[in-house]
Amino acid sequence: MHAHAASMTIPHTVTPRPDTGLYNARLGIWLFLASEVMLFGALFSSYILLRVGASEWPQRQLSIPLGTLNTLVLILSSISVVMAWLALKHKEFGRFKLWQGATVLLALLFLTVKAFEYHDKFTHYYVQTRDGRSWTGHLEGKPFNLTLARLQAGATPPTEIVFHPDAAGHGRTGGKTDHAEALRLPVSELVKLEAFGPWRNTFYAIYFVLTGLHALHVIGGILVLGYFWGPGSRMWFREPERFTNRIEVAGLYWHFVELVWIFLFPTLYLL
Amino acid sequence: MHDHHAPPGFWRRYIFSTDHKVVGIQYGLTALVFLFIGYGLMALMRWQLAYPGQPIPIFGKLLLAVLGPDLADRGIMSPDLYNSFGAMHGTIMVFLAIVPLAVGAFGNYVVPLQIGAPDMAFPRLNMMSYWVYFVGGVIMLVSFFIPGGAAKSGWTSYSPLATIADPVHQIDGQTLWLIGMVFLITSSLLGSINIITTIIQLRARGLGWMRLPFFVWAQLVTAFILLLAFPPLEAAGVLQLCDNLFGSSFFLPTGLVVGGRPLEVSGGGSPLLWQHLFWFLAHPEVYVLILPAMGIVAEVLANNTRKPLFGYKSLVYSAMAIGFISFLVWAHHMYLTGMGTKISTFFQTTTMLISIPSVIILTTLMLTLWGGSIRFNTPMLFALAFLPMFGIGGLTGLPLGFSATDIQLHDTYYVIGHFHYVVAPGTIFALFAGIYYWYPKVTGRLMNDFWGKVHFALSLVFMNLVFMPMFIQGLEGMHRRMYDGGATYAAGPDVAYGLSLGLKLNIGISHAAWLLGLAQVPFIVNFFWSLFRGRKVESDNPWQATTLEWATPTPPPHGNFLEEPVVCRGPYEYGPVGPGRDFVPQHLSESPLEPAPVHVHGREPLTRPQLV
Ligand code: HEM
Ligand SMILES: [Cu+2]
Repeated sequence: MHAHAASMTIPHTVTPRPDTGLYNARLGIWLFLASEVMLFGALFSSYILLRVGASEWPQRQLSIPLGTLNTLVLILSSISVVMAWLALKHKEFGRFKLWQGATVLLALLFLTVKAFEYHDKFTHYYVQTRDGRSWTGHLEGKPFNLTLARLQAGATPPTEIVFHPDAAGHGRTGGKTDHAEALRLPVSELVKLEAFGPWRNTFYAIYFVLTGLHALHVIGGILVLGYFWGPGSRMWFREPERFTNRIEVAGLYWHFVELVWIFLFPTLYLL
Repeated sequence: MHDHHAPPGFWRRYIFSTDHKVVGIQYGLTALVFLFIGYGLMALMRWQLAYPGQPIPIFGKLLLAVLGPDLADRGIMSPDLYNSFGAMHGTIMVFLAIVPLAVGAFGNYVVPLQIGAPDMAFPRLNMMSYWVYFVGGVIMLVSFFIPGGAAKSGWTSYSPLATIADPVHQIDGQTLWLIGMVFLITSSLLGSINIITTIIQLRARGLGWMRLPFFVWAQLVTAFILLLAFPPLEAAGVLQLCDNLFGSSFFLPTGLVVGGRPLEVSGGGSPLLWQHLFWFLAHPEVYVLILPAMGIVAEVLANNTRKPLFGYKSLVYSAMAIGFISFLVWAHHMYLTGMGTKISTFFQTTTMLISIPSVIILTTLMLTLWGGSIRFNTPMLFALAFLPMFGIGGLTGLPLGFSATDIQLHDTYYVIGHFHYVVAPGTIFALFAGIYYWYPKVTGRLMNDFWGKVHFALSLVFMNLVFMPMFIQGLEGMHRRMYDGGATYAAGPDVAYGLSLGLKLNIGISHAAWLLGLAQVPFIVNFFWSLFRGRKVESDNPWQATTLEWATPTPPPHGNFLEEPVVCRGPYEYGPVGPGRDFVPQHLSESPLEPAPVHVHGREPLTRPQLV
């Protein structure tokens, strides 16, 4: 029975079906992106609901120069991803490698900048003392994500911390931050010490979830685009048409990732 | 073995197969196991409801041995264990049993055959979707055995309860529940992309939209619902995971006090947000549970009444309408949350709207019976019983859909009765019909009809004995999640208002539930016995059906069809067409005894068989 069956193969893996005008993977990626729209749509709706319900909403917490830089990086990468596909359409494999490689590098650059921004938040602190006073600022030595519990957990817990409060009006970090005079606070006086992670307030919570999920998508993109740049590109010599389709599909995905950022940037950095 | 076309080895063929039929069977068997587990959890809970605080016979010792005295001291179910079992019963039944059976098994196995395709559009994604589902299931099962036990906050996992239910353990049952759900959602995402692409792209030549069997339509709408409704739950799951693990406050309001002490979180979140995101999935999800069932019932009814479906097009358009409106009704689960009367009114209106297409489908299926020459085989009996059972389930939904009447009924056993009528004697009966109906195509043998009928009759009786009294309990005001079945809240055994009747009913319901389990023994034995001893089919089309899956060899080989099928007619051309012949398969280009019609592929044949 097996011998007969070989006669039927899955149609439209490469060539479009006449009545729909689509090859399978192209429809597949559109459906996938539709579900992605629902995913990010739900998160954006959550953002709106949380913000509308909040008594106060922190604004301008993030570094606009870095955010703008990353926006430019992604815009460039969405150009290079198209150029890579066009190169294949013109059957220029060498040029494809160049543009595809550029896309991957730009994506890596994006992640690096993002990592800097994250790192900034985890070294930026909020402290509160027993008498009800509170500051935001930096700890001496820029420790990463310290908490009161972790501070006291060590073998020889320190008795005081050296704290550099942000200058007045400088809520945000990143870029150059002016510091007021350093404070020496006894640890026994502290009731709260926490970095600006998702626990800080719902703005930071949604900020980390939205950008974190977006970063995961960027990582996914790097893996896919990188694979087609490297080992996956051998398919070009066997099935050029199919390979071109794959690059198109991967490119559609990448455009979506870029589009999400275009919404994220104003929502989180500017508004 | 070094031949280029050597058949794939055992692992490739049965375990990591990309063949949609193998994947379908894998889904089916796994889902049946989960159906059994889900039932087992509830069977144990029913003891606690009927005889609160008494050690569970036989299984109590087992629970004590496996889970320890914290959860099952002296074989008595602890409140925590009760909550875990309840939450996991719902989760397992919905996400690991019914949907994988209805969509993963039947969708995978039958859809490509019915549209004349050699496989799914993305066979490797298909295999992945099964294995991701499998891992999700394993994570859910593992959660029973971690310290603190499985998730305890209902299948709905309402926040803030879900975040604070187990304050002792950092990684608790709820965490695994959320991680497991992310796997299940990913799996259904892969599956739905595959089903939609397959139906749109891989239809055989001549198989126009209005020639698709209704089952295919049902699966198509279902897949769209899964594709678009699940992501918001995934988003909600990620947010709740952050609340549980990273101390964020998406769903934790300001000023939350737990155990007399203010919770150390930033607050500012919204518990209602979780409910909105959850029900945005979970209401459409109930149509994921019911649409494939309707599809199966339609196939079996047409085949066994030997006449076309009454109003095929109304069925198709109603299914589409349901798919669309199902995204607009979610907050009818939230009338009592204080979201406001204006919003309630909106969702009350959409809820009444969506019952219209549901009623059209039910009516159409019932009218199909009119004037049919009905064959009462096992699949048909289950399909027939589906109609009134789903009818009861749907009608009892109406009082829930009105915000005024829902005040009394919300969160009572009435709701439990309502949705179980839709999913248990409704969907599960349809799934049984499907198993008995397609079994011969999958295995080449028929299941025993006599034991099938025994299975049917007993199931029908006990299903109703389990769920009908729940309406009474609910009307009496019995809350749906009480550990002792309401004993501590009853005003007294003879007080008129209170739970005087409801408490007594608990005992009867529990016995019926255990007997319902016993009633599945004939099915299980029949299922395995028939694999080896069942009557062999004499043809590839033992039910004399019209749709394409019966045009394949039995069981269908890899690639399904020996030659590319071309479809020449609609899906249900039943009716006398000649002596001893009352159907014309979809791929037959001319009816027997008729002059060969002149026609172009893809159009209606010029002469059609006379249908009564
Ligand atoms: C066709 C008309 C239907 C209407 C008007 C309707 C209405 C409702 C309403 C208003 C509720 C919320 C009750 C409450 O919590 O107070 C509810 C609960 C529920 N319904 Fe339906 N329903 C219908 C059909 C279905 C179908 C087809 C299914 C499933 C296959 C279903 C499954 C459920 C489930 C699972 C719940 C309970 C959810 C929970 O709280 O755990 N319903 N229904
Ligand atoms: Cu609903």
